Amino acid sequence: MARLRHYVDMPSPGLRRFAVLTALCTLLLVVAGALVTSNDASLAISDWPLNWGKLVPPMEGGIRYAFAHRVAAAVVAALVVILAAWQQAREPRAWIRRLGWAAVSTVLAQAALGGAVVRFVDPKSLSIAHACLAQICFGLTVAIVVGHFPSLPTAPASRSSGLAPTLAAVALFLQTILGAAVRHGAMTAVPHIAGAAVATGLAMWAGLQVLMHHMENAPLRRAATVLLALTFSQVFLGLAAYASLAATADDPQPMPVMIWATVAHVAAGSLAFGAAIALAMRVYRHVPAQHEAASSG
Amino acid sequence: MKKIWIAVGVMSALTFAGCGGGEKTETKQAETAAPAGGAATPDLTNGATVTGKVIFDGAKPVMKTIDMSANPTCMNAHKAAPQKSEEVVINDNGTVKYAFVWVKAGLPDQTWQIPTSTVELNQSGCMYQPHVIGIMAGQNIDIKNSDPTNHNIHPMPAVNQEWNESQPPGSADKMQSFPRQEVMVPVKCQIHNWMRAYIGVVSHPFYAVTGDDGTFSLKGLPPGTYTIQVWQEKYGTQEQQITVGAKDSKTLDFTIKG
Repeated sequence: MARLRHYVDMPSPGLRRFAVLTALCTLLLVVAGALVTSNDASLAISDWPLNWGKLVPPMEGGIRYAFAHRVAAAVVAALVVILAAWQQAREPRAWIRRLGWAAVSTVLAQAALGGAVVRFVDPKSLSIAHACLAQICFGLTVAIVVGHFPSLPTAPASRSSGLAPTLAAVALFLQTILGAAVRHGAMTAVPHIAGAAVATGLAMWAGLQVLMHHMENAPLRRAATVLLALTFSQVFLGLAAYASLAATADDPQPMPVMIWATVAHVAAGSLAFGAAIALAMRVYRHVPAQHEAASSG
Repeated sequence: MKKIWIAVGVMSALTFAGCGGGEKTETKQAETAAPAGGAATPDLTNGATVTGKVIFDGAKPVMKTIDMSANPTCMNAHKAAPQKSEEVVINDNGTVKYAFVWVKAGLPDQTWQIPTSTVELNQSGCMYQPHVIGIMAGQNIDIKNSDPTNHNIHPMPAVNQEWNESQPPGSADKMQSFPRQEVMVPVKCQIHNWMRAYIGVVSHPFYAVTGDDGTFSLKGLPPGTYTIQVWQEKYGTQEQQITVGAKDSKTLDFTIKG
């Protein structure tokens, strides 16, 4: 118990930094995937796991995006495996070790799904599942990062305040599913827009509730503020992405304004999802500490 | 931390349940596949002929210039004049090029002989040439790459099997066909994201693609009443009915409003 308390209060800085690096790279991988889709380059490489029959394909047009995505995926897969192994060796908390191996399994499943999308020629269901699993992988790396930051038992947090950010995280994840379905042409934007209203409402509820109850708690206040800021940014980026898509509908190819608005929308969506996970974990992690403190006192 | 695991489990379940079932069921009816042999051919002696043109009514739309700057090979192919989009091509005589005209309904329930000839779809100047082709179900498309650059050919049919193949410069032609009727099958190259072509796949030989004069001709039709459809990439479809007798020669014009 003393060892556990030591790690909770003093997590390994190296491991924590590596977890942050892994989460950032996973976010970049999501961005790389969004660039592939937005540039309509998802099947520029028609084989897998090789690239035009080689390790390095000819670099032109959409091949650059598709290949960069594959390289980024390989890097993230390596980082996630190293992180899981490192945690297995050094991390005493079983739940963080399990999160690490869960991230490894999602990365491997992602690789298989990505290969299946190429081999089975872009079936919408697989493409959407690939996009959704990417968000889960990112969410897991965010959870690991949060786990490696010391919990700061300060003002008591009630269990009820953890419900709102959890629901917000679920709603934001559902939004990523709907967003992926829209991007891959499986549905119109209407459900995604309706979902945005629900997700924004839940994120506001979560953020404001934490701010109202824990204004004096700096980590919680920061996490709630970040969630609110990202959610509002996401709404405007969504409008920008939709408007740019409509404005360039007659263009013969994807235009940069549409590409960047859409990619920013996807990235902000991932960040908002990650922020909701971080806030939920921050809130929940205070409760056991409070209980422990009460029982030991 | 138990709640975190519950949340992870819920999200995983949502991914595989919600995402996995997202593909819309294709409701378009796949018609009968073309037969291999012993089938009918158009009766050019006693059959009827329907000719006509596809007229454009309105201000001639200005097509946007394709930006090939990211690919010097493609840009060099259009040094003289930047390539415009071929979404709508209006001929000098006010007719529409690349309109697909076909007999949608009314033909007797019989099978038609598949031509042994191929229809060429060339990748030249990082454009598909021609932009629109028509083939019979089962007929081969001869896909060429005349460019000194790589292409991939990715048709996105709703009824037929989707496929995606790469074609490096100088490689052999690819022969492909679609077994089922489908109007139209979009084709794209995902290396050069402006490249688009459309293939009309029909289970009989009564179809045409309008060219530089905007006319079409459907020859050897058996006597009967037919629904003739015209398809245009931007303006969609129009239909008209026509009744023909043996050796009739009738005119049927379509007007697309811009």
